[in-house]
Amino acid sequence: MKKSAFLYAAAGAALLAVAGCASTPKPTSADLDREALAVIKASFRDQGIAKVDRINQDLGQSACSSDKPPSEAVADQVMTQARAAVKWPAGGQYFGDWREGEKLAQNGRGMTWTDTSTAPNDNGGSCYNCHQISKAEISYGTIGPSLYNYGKNRGVSNVAAATAQPIVEYTWMKIYNGKTYNACSNMPRFGHLGLLDEKQMAHLMSLLLDPKSPVNQ
Amino acid sequence: MKRVLITTALLALAGTVSAQSKSAADGIAEYRKMLEDGNPAELFEAKGEGLWKTKRGPKNASLEQCDLGKGPGVVKGAFVELPRYFADTKKVQDLETRLITCMETLQGFNGAEIAKTAFGRGEQANVTALATWIAAESRGMRFNLPQAHSEEKKSYEIGKRVFFFRGGPMDFSCASCHGVDGQRIRLQDLPNLTKNPGDGVGFAAWPAYRVSNGQMWSMQLRLNDCFRQQRFPYPGFGSDVTVSLGTYMGVNAQGAQSIAPAIKR
Repeated sequence: MKKSAFLYAAAGAALLAVAGCASTPKPTSADLDREALAVIKASFRDQGIAKVDRINQDLGQSACSSDKPPSEAVADQVMTQARAAVKWPAGGQYFGDWREGEKLAQNGRGMTWTDTSTAPNDNGGSCYNCHQISKAEISYGTIGPSLYNYGKNRGVSNVAAATAQPIVEYTWMKIYNGKTYNACSNMPRFGHLGLLDEKQMAHLMSLLLDPKSPVNQ
Repeated sequence: MKRVLITTALLALAGTVSAQSKSAADGIAEYRKMLEDGNPAELFEAKGEGLWKTKRGPKNASLEQCDLGKGPGVVKGAFVELPRYFADTKKVQDLETRLITCMETLQGFNGAEIAKTAFGRGEQANVTALATWIAAESRGMRFNLPQAHSEEKKSYEIGKRVFFFRGGPMDFSCASCHGVDGQRIRLQDLPNLTKNPGDGVGFAAWPAYRVSNGQMWSMQLRLNDCFRQQRFPYPGFGSDVTVSLGTYMGVNAQGAQSIAPAIKR
């Protein structure tokens, strides 16, 4: 009696286990999204200046974290937020020195866990990593479009001219936050995320738009 | 001797580039070709084979009974089927995490301690040498990762999501550099890892000997340095992020021929 009760119980448990297995639903895409986030949160640790809060995504990052682009509505939201948060340069100082801009464009350093500071002065612009810029530098990347003749192609012969103002403002926005006109731009948000300060961005503006810059030769 | 070899190759490269107006990429390809004749990875292969067969650790045992997925002691062909699910650990493991499991169970080493050890140091350096030899034993074979187990399928799906996950101060994901064909950073060609990028490219090339720093780099270290350049925080050695990325890249590389251990700039 005792023995048969035990057997029934065991058989029941086995049946339940089998049923449990058979009915385990395939994880949905949303389940996998949640699990991937949990895996990411559990897999990283702080190292030097690179803290784990770097994996907390804002909308601009989470909207662009799939092999498919975000919906038009979400993309619009990302771009609208980005445009609203652009800071224009103090005193309208859009320009600096293209020679300093070239140095920043060449410099790909900064913000890794082997760097010691997050200050903009310790960061480069990494521009040549992804863009052709001056004709002289043949070691350039191709992730971004060529910027050779950037100002010239846009008809900028005097950066102070009123006719140049729209392209000056557009270029500032693009460097400040590439998501202003392209929700999932591959370009780092140099101003928005504090990678470069206003002065550094002004040097890059000169590199791209100054008629004397090698970019426009 | 190693240094002499590398210096000679670099000088030859400099000569090639300056002598003609050949594209820089041609010069680099030629340089890589020359280096293939003497890949210092061979030294690590020899070390790894020795470590596999030597009785070591608190249990004074060799790794010859280690199951890399094709049964105890089967080395040939194991590399091109990893990461895969292992019933004993109930986990999907890559080559390096599996080796640590074997070092723990067969030899009595402390696996957690090895995982915490810096790359290139102590037992971690031994894991790299072992991985180099095991990869070499599958040289010329084609990737064919199993995807039958539900955990293997899940690992792929998680890996795919990790691959596209944007974060950090520069908004980068793996896909920022490795999501489309034919792009470069500076002059470095970037394989598209969302599909089979071709024989001996991407996942099918690591572990690899790095000429620029004279180090043998395992896949775990390759991924670690990708995350550093992505400006992410530090990925734990053998963490689920790293193993699932291995599954994603390995499954995508289905049919690609392995040239690991390769030689890289």
